[in-house]
Amino acid sequence: MSPVIPIRATSDGCSDAPVLRERGQREVFCGLTGIIWLHRKMQDAFFLVVGSRTCAHLIQSAAGVMIFAEPRFATAIIDERDLAGLADANEELDRVVTQLLARRPEIRLLFLVGSCPSEVIKLDLSRAASRLSKTFSPSVRVLNYSGSGIETTFTQGEDACLAALVPGLPSPAADAPASLLVVGALADVVEDQFTRLFADMGLGPVRFFPPRRATELPAVGPQTRYLLAQPFLADTARALEARGAVRLAAPFPLGVEGTTQWLQAAASAFGVEAAAFERATASARARATGALARHRVQLDGKRIFFFPDSQLEVPIARFLARELGMALVEVGSPYLHRQHLAQELALLPAGTVLSEGQHVEHQLDRCRAARPDLVVCGLGLANPLEAEGLTTKWSIELVFTPIQGYDQAADLAELFTRPLLRRLKLVA
Amino acid sequence: MQLTLWTYEGPPHVGAMRIATAMKDVHYVLHAPQGDTYADLLFTMIERLPRRPPVTYTTFQARDLGGDTAELFKNAAREAYERFAPAAMMVGASCTAELIQDDPGGLCRALDLPIPVVALELPSYQRKENWGASETFYQMVRTLAGPAAAAAASRTRPERAPHQRPRCNILGPAALGFRHRDDLQEIRGLIAALGIDVHVVAPLGATPADLARLGEADFNVVLYPEIAALTAQWLTRTFGQPCTKTIPIGAAATRDFIAEVAQLAGIDAEAALAEAASRSTWYARSVDSTYLTGKRVFVFGDATHAVAAARVATQEFGFTVVGLGTYSREFAREVREAAKLYGVEPLITDDYLEIEAKVAELQPELVLGTQMERHIAKRLGLPCAVISAPVHVQDFPARHSPQMGFEGANVLFDTWVHPLMMGLEEHLIGMFRGDFEFHENAAPSHLGGSHAAAASAAVEPPAPSTIDAAPAADAGTVIVVAAWAAEAEQELRKIPFFVRGKARRNTERYALDRGMPLITLETLYDAKAHFSR
Repeated sequence: MSPVIPIRATSDGCSDAPVLRERGQREVFCGLTGIIWLHRKMQDAFFLVVGSRTCAHLIQSAAGVMIFAEPRFATAIIDERDLAGLADANEELDRVVTQLLARRPEIRLLFLVGSCPSEVIKLDLSRAASRLSKTFSPSVRVLNYSGSGIETTFTQGEDACLAALVPGLPSPAADAPASLLVVGALADVVEDQFTRLFADMGLGPVRFFPPRRATELPAVGPQTRYLLAQPFLADTARALEARGAVRLAAPFPLGVEGTTQWLQAAASAFGVEAAAFERATASARARATGALARHRVQLDGKRIFFFPDSQLEVPIARFLARELGMALVEVGSPYLHRQHLAQELALLPAGTVLSEGQHVEHQLDRCRAARPDLVVCGLGLANPLEAEGLTTKWSIELVFTPIQGYDQAADLAELFTRPLLRRLKLVA
Repeated sequence: MQLTLWTYEGPPHVGAMRIATAMKDVHYVLHAPQGDTYADLLFTMIERLPRRPPVTYTTFQARDLGGDTAELFKNAAREAYERFAPAAMMVGASCTAELIQDDPGGLCRALDLPIPVVALELPSYQRKENWGASETFYQMVRTLAGPAAAAAASRTRPERAPHQRPRCNILGPAALGFRHRDDLQEIRGLIAALGIDVHVVAPLGATPADLARLGEADFNVVLYPEIAALTAQWLTRTFGQPCTKTIPIGAAATRDFIAEVAQLAGIDAEAALAEAASRSTWYARSVDSTYLTGKRVFVFGDATHAVAAARVATQEFGFTVVGLGTYSREFAREVREAAKLYGVEPLITDDYLEIEAKVAELQPELVLGTQMERHIAKRLGLPCAVISAPVHVQDFPARHSPQMGFEGANVLFDTWVHPLMMGLEEHLIGMFRGDFEFHENAAPSHLGGSHAAAASAAVEPPAPSTIDAAPAADAGTVIVVAAWAAEAEQELRKIPFFVRGKARRNTERYALDRGMPLITLETLYDAKAHFSR
């Protein structure tokens, strides 16, 4: 284990734990990758990246294994003429957007997604977006956010996208009752489960953000209480608060404990009676706890190492440590948001090695030295580490799989038992 | 700006990565923003390599842009040298780093590393992946084999002693190449059978020391001109090594290739050619394949594979090539010449939308293309097989599946015929319609039923693009496609689906040319008779 972090026994978990901050090569995705799941969540939205061939290549390498009749994302590739100023970038962009919308008349919301090249040459996409919005209103709204690697890491692309949507959300009537907003893209099945749980405890109205259709945006105002369903939504939270919404502090809804406390935060804020809360959640909680027991047998005492990827690392590590008995060797995260993670950090076992940022070679050295039972890492590292005899769990899957809520707790655990079981099977 | 749904090639630095990853004992330091490490996945996931590509990225972020990104690069290069101790290093910039102009080559010279360092100038906003690979390979060979060139120039190539076997290099196979692994094995076998030694294979598996020895061989075998033609030309100029021009894809081309190699090696290939046989030749001649005659195919890919596929399709399988194109602009001339052979318009473009419009217009019965043409074929409900990069993980198979050589020809036969409806089924569907299971819009039953819904939904071509393509006789008049009488429309549906699009187009064109406002049953059969002449 790294000697950099002194191990201290404190009663409140890792709340004040020091964090190893490193700089060097970062083996992470850029925010453009968020398009891969966001385009499935919002079916009438289209994502137009303004960038280079590299950006186009990234997205198609990530999504291209699916055969699309019609993809809902594309790239406007900047070429030499744009750089040399021979072509007016704004006129070019207008032309490309017009061409695109003629091909896809059913699109209601178009995101102009900034990239490293467009940011470095300071192409003003926000002005382009408002100009194009005027041109194509009312049938299409055009918004802008940056998914560039220099500014965003992987899931932060979703944060930037949602934050761009917030100013355009409708305002509720002044006398509207307090409402709950669940923020962060969730699998449809998870959304439906949460909707039922909230309904059973008599809590409502509840809306989800992002919505399934870009035309069904939830209202937000001072009466809005919001729960973050994902840990990577710093800018979105700030934008919501600028509209007067109030965050309900809670751990994230991963595992039985996390889900219960997350739901409890909403229940308390909306004055749900303890009995009603108990009635609504008891059976799902018991079912999930039972389902987890099977996985605990596999995972108890196993040592796990997290490379930074999605900011989901801390909540998942908390779940694996507390509910499945895993030992945390190192929990790396691209970015630690102290405030949003406060409840999570308090629950983490004291003395956990936390790292923020990355020097991938140094981190690989630490990982190899520790020989953990399971390594959570990106696909660029997974096969090479497997070839070295380490067992890995590729982390991107944690973003693409329904893992939140009671009924997914065992699925989440299974994502970690599966590679271990497989290794046993293939050796046998 | 260019609207791009899919791109056929990555940026040029990915080409450079393909060379670095193919080789041994080299390291590539790439000035690039955070996130560009996605390219590692191409190698670890798509090609399933069990090691990290030998690439160090600077992964600068926005906050670094205010500071010294040049220093960041120097640190990364120094650390990479110390950690990996390569025999040679490549340095370069990705598209974003190109904009901030830190000059990796100059910075690396200042570091004064005790190994050859190749500074790559890859213009990301003009050039693409294959060009990047070709340029990188060329610069590596120039730098590493260059010192041997002076010695070579001072003497003439010594005559080979009678007991010495001729030696050749094999140039072109790289990382992330479409079937490069198996093609190499196949061609090595052919060359060994001829009694020729393989001196160096590059870039795949070659070390910098191997590149330095390239000049010692008698001649070069160029498997993939997109990657190795430039280098082979330099080797010809520098060491007087001739190189092969034939691409051994297909049984006939393989025989030509054997003859060419034997001629360059100064040996007699009669014996080898007499024994050479491919199962695909017999399979294509067997009566089961008669129904393949005249099947209309559209071919698209890199120039090498597209030209080779068109030849195989026509001369070996008896298809008709109705469209031929490539995204490799560097090799447009070769494709234009090939297109002349088949009397089709060459399509030289990397614009996915243009290719899609062309396929919709031509309504082929089979599309031979890349991963991108699979998207197009899905949308239009057409059978499709992959013949060229870009490809995805399923086209880096575990089994031996070359495209080159005689085994390659066998693989081509199986792969291309598979998506077509089998003969008996095709006949029965032509005779009887409306079967609840084997209905006309269903996918071929040997492919399982799951594609049926998607295919039937998309069978009719998107109307606008087909109209656009109609010949405009007079620019002043508005072109209106004649309406279909209900009766004629119904008759049209009786035509098997894989030729229906073509029949619809032909009939509409026929009506248009004659200014007919309505297409009747008569018009349909008139058009059929007209076009069958």
